[in-house]
Amino acid sequence: MTTQLPPGMQLERVDERIMTLNVGPQHPGSGHMRLIIKVDGDYIVSCDPDPGYVHRGEEKMAEYRNYIQNIPHLERPVIHDSCNILYPYCLAVEELLGIEVPERAKYIRVIASELNRCVYTLYWLSIYGIFLGHSTMFMWPMGDRELLIDLLEALSGARVTHAYFVPGGVRNDTPSNFEERCLRQVNYFEKRLKEYEDIFYQNPVLKQRTEGTGILSRMDAIRLGTTGSVLRSAGVDFDIRKKEPYDVYENLDFQSQVLKEGDSYARSRVPYLDMLESCRIIKDALKKMPKSGSVRTKLKPNPKGGNDEAYRRVESGRGALGMYVVSDNKIEPYRVKISVGSFRNMICMPYLLKGEKLGNMPAVYWSLNYWPVEADR
Amino acid sequence: MSTIAPKFRLSRFVASLMNLILWILVLFTLIGLPLVFIVLFYIELPEINGELLTPYLALTWIADPSRTLPIIKSLLQTDFFRIAAFPGFGFAALLAAATIYIERKFLAKMQLRVGPLYCGKVEGILQLMSDGLKLISKEIIIPAKADKPIFWAAPLLFVGTAAALVSLIPVAPGWVVADVDVGLLAVFAVIGFFPIITVLSSWASNSKFPFIGGIRALHQMISFEIPLILSLLGIVILTGTLNLTEIVESQQHYWWIIFMPIGAIVFFITLLAELERIPFDLPEAESEIVAGWLTEFSGMMYGLVQLGSYVKLYAFAALFTILFLGGWSGPMVWPPFPQEIITEGITMGPITMKIPGLPLLDQEMLNATLWFVIKTVGVIMVILLPRGVFPRIRIDLLLHTGWYKLIGLAFVNIFIALALLYAGVLGPGGLIQ
Repeated sequence: MTTQLPPGMQLERVDERIMTLNVGPQHPGSGHMRLIIKVDGDYIVSCDPDPGYVHRGEEKMAEYRNYIQNIPHLERPVIHDSCNILYPYCLAVEELLGIEVPERAKYIRVIASELNRCVYTLYWLSIYGIFLGHSTMFMWPMGDRELLIDLLEALSGARVTHAYFVPGGVRNDTPSNFEERCLRQVNYFEKRLKEYEDIFYQNPVLKQRTEGTGILSRMDAIRLGTTGSVLRSAGVDFDIRKKEPYDVYENLDFQSQVLKEGDSYARSRVPYLDMLESCRIIKDALKKMPKSGSVRTKLKPNPKGGNDEAYRRVESGRGALGMYVVSDNKIEPYRVKISVGSFRNMICMPYLLKGEKLGNMPAVYWSLNYWPVEADR
Repeated sequence: MSTIAPKFRLSRFVASLMNLILWILVLFTLIGLPLVFIVLFYIELPEINGELLTPYLALTWIADPSRTLPIIKSLLQTDFFRIAAFPGFGFAALLAAATIYIERKFLAKMQLRVGPLYCGKVEGILQLMSDGLKLISKEIIIPAKADKPIFWAAPLLFVGTAAALVSLIPVAPGWVVADVDVGLLAVFAVIGFFPIITVLSSWASNSKFPFIGGIRALHQMISFEIPLILSLLGIVILTGTLNLTEIVESQQHYWWIIFMPIGAIVFFITLLAELERIPFDLPEAESEIVAGWLTEFSGMMYGLVQLGSYVKLYAFAALFTILFLGGWSGPMVWPPFPQEIITEGITMGPITMKIPGLPLLDQEMLNATLWFVIKTVGVIMVILLPRGVFPRIRIDLLLHTGWYKLIGLAFVNIFIALALLYAGVLGPGGLIQ
C-alpha cells in the first residue's frame, strides 16, 4: 500500500534527471511560503507556489468585532503598508454608515497613504536588492525608510502599525510643524532616489541579468488578473488612483507610471517610478491642503450599518486592494472580504518561472511585488 | 543594603591566587613546553665564546640578551619559522584577519552603516575573535547520509590548499617558503586543485543545494582557469622564466601593468571569479541555493572554509602584486638601523648594555616587506570594492564572459607581448632585459 504524500514531499529516484527543490519556508530566498521547483540542470521545468504558512483568519476575526475594533487587526496582513490596507475598509464603512469625511482629513489620508506606499516600496526594494546579491541596495533603502517612518510616527504615534485611518477621517490631527518637516524630508528623499537610479537601476550587471527575463505579455497580464506594478509594467495603464479616484486624488497632479517591456526589470522599475510620483503627490497635497479644520467626524458609540453591502478598492503598494463589507443591522459586520494584490500577482508565478534559469528565480519571484503575509491574510 | 561586592576574606583570596598559579602552570605545560621543544628541535644551537649553548643553559638565555639574540636569529633561519610564521601561514592568516575586519568596516562605510562597533571597545576590533570563538563553541552537525571521511576532510583540504598557494609567494628577496624554478606552474597546479575540493565536499554532503553549488563552482572555476593562465603567458614570454622571484626582479624599473594593462584586467576579473566574490559569488548565492556548497558545513568546519577562502584572497592579491605591480620593489623608506646601539650599547639608567647580535633583520628585507604589504593591501581593497557596487551575475552570463570575452582579451594581451618583444621595446636590448 502506498500512501500519497503531499506535493513536494514525495521521495524521488536518485537517477532521475529532474530534481525537486523546496525553496522555502526555511530558505533565504523565499518569504513565508514555499516554492516547489523542479529543475532540469539549470532550467526550471515547473514551479508550484505553496502559500498559506501565515494564514491568520483576518476575515473571520473581523466578524466578531465592531467597526472600530476591526481597525488595528485588519492592518496586520501587511504592517509596512498599514495605511493603504485600512484605506478601503474605511471607505467602505463610511459608505455603509453614511459618514461624511472632512476635507482636511481627506488630504491627510492621501499624504499618509503615499508616505506609507514609499515605506513599503523601500522595504520591498531592499529585499529585491539582497535577492540579487546587491548588499548596498539592501542597506540604503532600509536607512532612508527611517526618515519616512519618523514622519508617520509624528502623525500617528506608532512606527509601523499606525492604525491611523478610522471611519470618518483620521485618528488625530497633524503635529504643529508637520508640513515643513514633511516637505524637507520628501525633498531629501527625492534626491536619494536619484542615487538609487545610479547604483541600482543603471547598473550594467543588473540590467544584463533582469532585462528580458520572465516576460509577461500585455494579454497574459490581463488574462491572469494581475494588478498594480505587474500590470502597469506590462503596458496596461490601470491605476486605480486615476481610473476610480477616491478621496482627493482627482484634485492632485500626477501621472500613472506605465512601462511596455513586461520583464523583471520593468516590474522592478515601476514601483521606483511610483515612489517618485508619490513625492509629487505629497508635495501637491501639502500645497492644496486646508490649513485648519476638523479631521474626524464624530461617530455614535457602536455604529450600526443597515442591511447593505459596500465594496471599495484603492491602489496599494502591491496593486488593487479591495474590501467588501456586508452588514446586517448589527454592530459587527456580517462579512469582511479582503481582496489583495499579492495573491493575484502570485498566480502568474508558475507561468513566468517555467523555462527560466534557476538564477532568475529570485529576480522574477520578488519582482512580482508579492507579500506572502498579505496573500495569506 | 546592596551586596555588589562580597566581603573580603583572606582564605578566598589565597584560594584564588592558588587557582591562578595552577592555571599558569597548566597552560605553560600544555602550550609553553611543547613550543620550547619544537624550537629546540628545529634551530641550530649557536656557539658563543667557544661554548655551545645547550638547553641546560636555558636560564642564562633569558638573563643575557647576547645569548638570546643568536637563538632567535637561528630560529628565523629555520624552515619551521618560514612555514608557520613569516612568509608562510601565520603572516597570511594575520593579513586575512585584517582583511575581514577592513572589509566589514569599509563596506559599512559604503552602505551608511557603522559595522562592528562594540566588541573590543575600539571600533569592534575584537569582533573577529568573538566570531571565531563562537564558531569553535558551536556543535558540528553532519548530514546523516553524508560521506563522512570526505566531508570531514574537505575544510582541512581547503585550508591546506590555500596554505600551499601561500607557500609559493615570495614576500621579500630570499623570504619564500618554496622557491621553485617553476613557481608559476606550481601556482596553476594549486589553483587547479580548488574545484576538486569543492566538488568533493558538495558531493559528499549528499544534499541538493550543496550539489548545485558545487556544480556551479566547477563550471565557474574551470571556465575561468583558462583565461587566468592565458593572461599570465605574456609575462612568461617577456621574462623567459617561471620563477616568481625572478619575475619580481625583472620589474625593478617598470611594472608589467604598464605594458600589459589588458592582461592585468583579465587576471583581475578571473581572480574575482576564482575567489567566488561578488559579482561572481554564484556557488554561494544565498537567495537561490541557500549557501551553495557551504550549506551543510557547521561550526568550525565553516570557520575553516572561511579562513581558507580569506587566505586564498590574500594569496591571489599577493600574486597580482608580484606579477603586475613589481612585488617588493620600491624606494627605500625604512630607516637604517641605528649603528650606535651596536657600537656604544643601550644605556638604561646606570646600566649600559652591549648587544652584539643586532640587527635581527636587515633594512632591505624590512623595506621590501613594507612595500609588499602596502601593495597587497591596496589590491585587496580593490578586490573588496565590487561587493558594494554590483549585484550577482547569472551563470550563463558568467560563462559567456569567461569563454568569449576574457579568452579573447587574453589572446590580445599575448599578441601585445609578442609585438613588444619583436619591436625590441622589451626583451634583450630593450627597456627591460
